[in-house]
Amino acid sequence: MPELAHLAGGFGAALSVIGAAYGISKLAAATMEASGRQPEVAGEVRTSMIISAALIEGVTLFAEVICIILALK
Amino acid sequence: MWLSHLVAVADTLKHPNASHGSEESSNWMLHHISDSRTIDLEPFGHITLPQFPTINVAGIEIDLSITKHVFFMWLVSIILIVVLSLVARSYKRSVVPHGIANLVEVFVVFIRDEIVLSVIGKEGLKYLHYFLTLFFFILLCNLFGLIPYGATATGNLAVTGGLAFLSFILIQLAGIKKHGLIGYYRGLVPHGVPAFVAPVMFIVEFLGLFAKAFALTVRLFANMTAGHIVILSLIGLIFVFKSVLVAPISIAFAIFINLLEILVAFIQAYIFTMLTALFVGLSIHQH
Repeated sequence: MPELAHLAGGFGAALSVIGAAYGISKLAAATMEASGRQPEVAGEVRTSMIISAALIEGVTLFAEVICIILALK
Repeated sequence: MWLSHLVAVADTLKHPNASHGSEESSNWMLHHISDSRTIDLEPFGHITLPQFPTINVAGIEIDLSITKHVFFMWLVSIILIVVLSLVARSYKRSVVPHGIANLVEVFVVFIRDEIVLSVIGKEGLKYLHYFLTLFFFILLCNLFGLIPYGATATGNLAVTGGLAFLSFILIQLAGIKKHGLIGYYRGLVPHGVPAFVAPVMFIVEFLGLFAKAFALTVRLFANMTAGHIVILSLIGLIFVFKSVLVAPISIAFAIFINLLEILVAFIQAYIFTMLTALFVGLSIHQH
């Protein structure tokens, strides 16, 4: 039933975005706190934040790719 | 002719839940994202690229015809070879860079200092040319997808798979050159693990090598493709609502997402290069 696949694709995409947004927002909060506390290390902290955010987003996009395959059935 | 294309798009979106599933309603989006054997210059017709019959090698059919993504990869390679060798040659005349050499020097120094030297150390300078090539190739391929009539070569699983495969080979070769063939694979298991857990650790670490390469592939592919799908969906909203009043909002969002995609292009090129450097550093400094 292609209708169920469409529905599942939508739900899957939304759920994976919830997880990713929560994880990356915690990252950003920690970065801003650290930069405010110690402005000298702001550059290094920002680099690590970008790397971690890209890794988390990579995992999210695995799920998004599967949802796209479902939505195009 | 492009007017009929627009009408065809509107027609296919008229019946979103047709009995054949969604091949009709998302056909035009797939057509813009995936590989094709013609280059479409919409109001001016299209260019059909030369096709070759498939070569049969040991029972596997290999199709070496030129497709849109292959053409754009060649275009990027030619631009990189010409521009970067001219820049390199300009350094013979004066140590101070002029013109585009300024921009190239910013990127090269960034990769050499922040990525290779800080992550691998002085031994990484042997592989600096690979990282520079990787970074500039991925960056330019990503950016070419954002210009009109352009296609994202890195939005193809085979292209990103090939780049990840090359990085995988580099990781193995760097480790084997440093520790020897047996020493590298024995050093996959960290020191100080109990003897009964060591085989499990070895299997886990060995599969981890492949998992890292797979993650590199899918991360770059999905980032590039997802951005284009969002832009196309926003513009397709105009046809779903079939009213021109949606157009200002739709186009404003699409412009915003396009600007975000430029940022994502740079970040993804940086991440791919940085992660490859990280893995090479891990395999060189195993203890």
